[in-house]
Amino acid sequence: MAIIERPATDTPAVVAPTVPSAAYGALKRPVSTTSTWRSWLFTVDHKKLGLMYGAVALFFFIVGGLEAVLIRLQLAAPDGKVLNADLYNQMFTMHATTMVFLFVMPMASAFANYFLPLQIGARDVAFPRINAFGFWAFLFGGIFINMSWFLGGAADGGWFMYAPNSGPIFSPSNGIDFWVLGLQITGIASLTGAVNLIVTVLNMRAPGMSLMRMPIFTWMVTVVQFLLLFAMPVITVALFLLMFQRNFDATFFDVAAGADPLLWQHLFWIFGHPEVYILILPSFGIISEVLPVFSRKPLFGYPFVVFSGAAIGFVGWGVWAHHMFASGLGPVSVAVFSVATMAIAVPTGVKVVNWTMTMWGGKLQFTVAMKFAIGLVVLFTIGGLSGVTHSVAPSDTQQTDTYYIVAHFHYVLFGGAILGLFSGFYYWWPKMFGKMLSERIGNWNFWWMVVGMNMTFGPMHILGLQGQPRRMYVWTEARAGEGFFNLGFWNLIASIGSIILTIGVLFFLINIFVTARSKKQAPLDPWDARSLEWMTSNPPKEHNFDSLPTVGHLDEFFHRKYQEDENGQMQRVKSAEEVLKELEDNADAHIHMPSPSYWPIVLALGLPVIGFGIIYSIPLALLGGAIVLFGCYGWALEPSTATEDEIDPPSGGQSQEVVKVG
Amino acid sequence: MADTALHTEHHTSTGLSNVKLGMWLFLGSECLLFGGLISTYMLYRGRVGEGPTPSQVFDIPFTSVSSFVLLMSSLTMVLAVSAANQKDDRGTTLWLTITALLGATFVGGQVYEFTAFYNEGLGFTTSLFASSFYVLTGFHGVHVTVGIIMLMSLVGILKRSKVPGSKSETVEMIGLYWHFVDVVWIVIFTLIYLIPV
Amino acid sequence: MDRDLYPHLPHSGVTMTTEQTHEEATHQHGMSNAGYVKIALILAAITALEVSTYYIDFGPFFMPSLMIMMVVKFVMVVSYFMHLKFDNKIFSWLFYAGLFLAIGVYVAFLSTFKFFIA
Repeated sequence: MAIIERPATDTPAVVAPTVPSAAYGALKRPVSTTSTWRSWLFTVDHKKLGLMYGAVALFFFIVGGLEAVLIRLQLAAPDGKVLNADLYNQMFTMHATTMVFLFVMPMASAFANYFLPLQIGARDVAFPRINAFGFWAFLFGGIFINMSWFLGGAADGGWFMYAPNSGPIFSPSNGIDFWVLGLQITGIASLTGAVNLIVTVLNMRAPGMSLMRMPIFTWMVTVVQFLLLFAMPVITVALFLLMFQRNFDATFFDVAAGADPLLWQHLFWIFGHPEVYILILPSFGIISEVLPVFSRKPLFGYPFVVFSGAAIGFVGWGVWAHHMFASGLGPVSVAVFSVATMAIAVPTGVKVVNWTMTMWGGKLQFTVAMKFAIGLVVLFTIGGLSGVTHSVAPSDTQQTDTYYIVAHFHYVLFGGAILGLFSGFYYWWPKMFGKMLSERIGNWNFWWMVVGMNMTFGPMHILGLQGQPRRMYVWTEARAGEGFFNLGFWNLIASIGSIILTIGVLFFLINIFVTARSKKQAPLDPWDARSLEWMTSNPPKEHNFDSLPTVGHLDEFFHRKYQEDENGQMQRVKSAEEVLKELEDNADAHIHMPSPSYWPIVLALGLPVIGFGIIYSIPLALLGGAIVLFGCYGWALEPSTATEDEIDPPSGGQSQEVVKVG
Repeated sequence: MADTALHTEHHTSTGLSNVKLGMWLFLGSECLLFGGLISTYMLYRGRVGEGPTPSQVFDIPFTSVSSFVLLMSSLTMVLAVSAANQKDDRGTTLWLTITALLGATFVGGQVYEFTAFYNEGLGFTTSLFASSFYVLTGFHGVHVTVGIIMLMSLVGILKRSKVPGSKSETVEMIGLYWHFVDVVWIVIFTLIYLIPV
Repeated sequence: MDRDLYPHLPHSGVTMTTEQTHEEATHQHGMSNAGYVKIALILAAITALEVSTYYIDFGPFFMPSLMIMMVVKFVMVVSYFMHLKFDNKIFSWLFYAGLFLAIGVYVAFLSTFKFFIA
């Protein structure tokens, strides 16, 4: 090899080679390109994949939101005529399915994909092609589920799909089949993503980045991946059993044949409870980044936040039957799960204490990101408190299946998970897009969302205790109860709240649009942040870091900017630009980046074809299987062009193209 | 300034191979999958409806031989990995092929067994015992079949020396998958076949 | 990590290479082909013993001995054939975490159906 010269500082950005790599028979690799549609379709770059996850998740957020608004319009007044009973069932089923599986989970994936490698000082994930496959599988799975709207009606059994109600007798349309098969497809994405990110975190940290120096967002995402790894197979079993019943005449949930409906409930909730921690932990991670930055203080009790996150993940496996207190489990089971559920409040409480103590005594900056983060702490706590009341099995027996439960989970999911994601948007937008979202519009976004959210879900506590059951498609004046503040009143308030909430979300979309049109560039480190993802350009270069940083501290980036002086005060010694320049000046001469590939999207395409085949025609399923097989072989045989020994993982049989710096 | 590190080195934070870590994680998750199927069977094994009971259809001697065959395939698999580590291409190919053949014998035995059960009145939808039995053993059988396909594909790829990445590691990874499938059968054979209802 | 660019860093502790872990492993790499055959023969013998419970009345020892034999076979295949005994402990942790989680969750599940009560 030639002698490596240090690149001049005014050299252009890294350019990937434009020659297609060596072919194996007829299977050529795609060429690495810059900004054509092909570069998105065949990319394996974690940042591009993160952006695509985010864009698709945002689209589904709007879809799920419209589904919710239709529900609220139907319930705004007595004898609603907006939705009939059948459509109503489809609407609440798909609202929840969309929000849980097609918005919150993939949006967390978006952030995880984009920022986890950056936060640990890596250049990509361990298995970039599997990462790409995961995105396409999610996209095709999400589209597949929603095609049911146009093909005979969507799934209508509730997002928890209790059997035998979800069986072919009570739900004869293909809606649930699309649901079952679509979730299997997205489930594959989650499982492969979990393996990918865990290996990435274990194996691809920058030198000196011990596990206890990783940012909390990375920690929480890692716990989530373990939850996904172990929970997804359980719902896979449940979905297969339901599929065999619906499509192949099995009787797993047919009571007349001797089946026990509780089988479904257990399998679903053994998945379902870890699932709710999957939904909330990434947002906990996001605000654990945001709160310290805007309190100008390090996170209080870092080890406690780490271990309580792991504890939540672990104890979360032991509480699932609290969703089944009224199902006839028997007093022993109910008592055991009741106590376990109370226990899980403890590690969550630990986190709330740590977040509060982080802010205590800090120099608080109430940016929009910070507002959303504080909003999470407050609103999630409210949701958690109603959750504690559910853990007391006798009172849950009254609460279950009423709007009190709906209130609880919307406080923790909207007030918790979603506000956390919005905090992430405002915090990380400058790094991803080189522009800051408008704080002015952001404030409108925040306040309209928070007021709207509380106005929608606050009254639901009352509605629940007044006796309004869940999944009831209409209410009448006769059933509304006496007095002014009856079901009618609170339903109307909730529905008005949902409109205010919608406008709040609209402000966010306006903010995106206005920001995109603005010419104002963001600085490299607008928030004076603490972690490694900020030690990059805006947006980060394709290879993330010109040279991989050696990590000496928790909050490494912060410690490169600030040093303690004789009086123990933190003094700024370098700017973000100077810190970045240090990396650039020491740039690695040869950086190996994984190459784009056709196979992830090809393999992913086979999956919905199998799905259609199972619903409509078995030969079609075989065709889908053939596409999958073709994809597997193409992938496995994809030629390697670089030498085996790589400077940067990923290793293990992948093609790499050499990227020259300078 | 060529990097002269060894071919077996992985520059990772743990020093462990990405693929190996990934495979063990996947196998950990498979425990939850098979656990769910086994538990469903355990719940429903006594619900035979009008159809035959387990003791009426199970042929323990036959299944014992099948189990033995699968167990021996684990031995041949580990011999294949050993050969691969010693860069013995012919030995590797030989033992991989024998493993695949033993696996195919096992699957053939399953097909024969299921056909016999069907002829004795145990169809897929006959009873809850039937459905959960076929789903559990069927999933296992599909896993074995996928394993056989991977083994034969690997033999084909090895013959053309076109393995991207480390050969011995690829053999080892498929070996891990194969042994896991064997280990699941160890559990199934004991819990489902040998413990009477 | 390129050791030429980072010569100041120690060769172990910051990152590890499988070169080192392989060295540690080779010492415990006790398994020759003969060793594997021995394990296989033991497994075959235990299987034969398991099958014998079908023909011989083990009385109250039936369940315990069958369960023990199953576990022994399981652990032997995982430890020796899958090399877990000789490999880095991380692999054991990851796999057994999944296994024990599965056992815990599904035993609890079956318990709610009073499966283990005679």
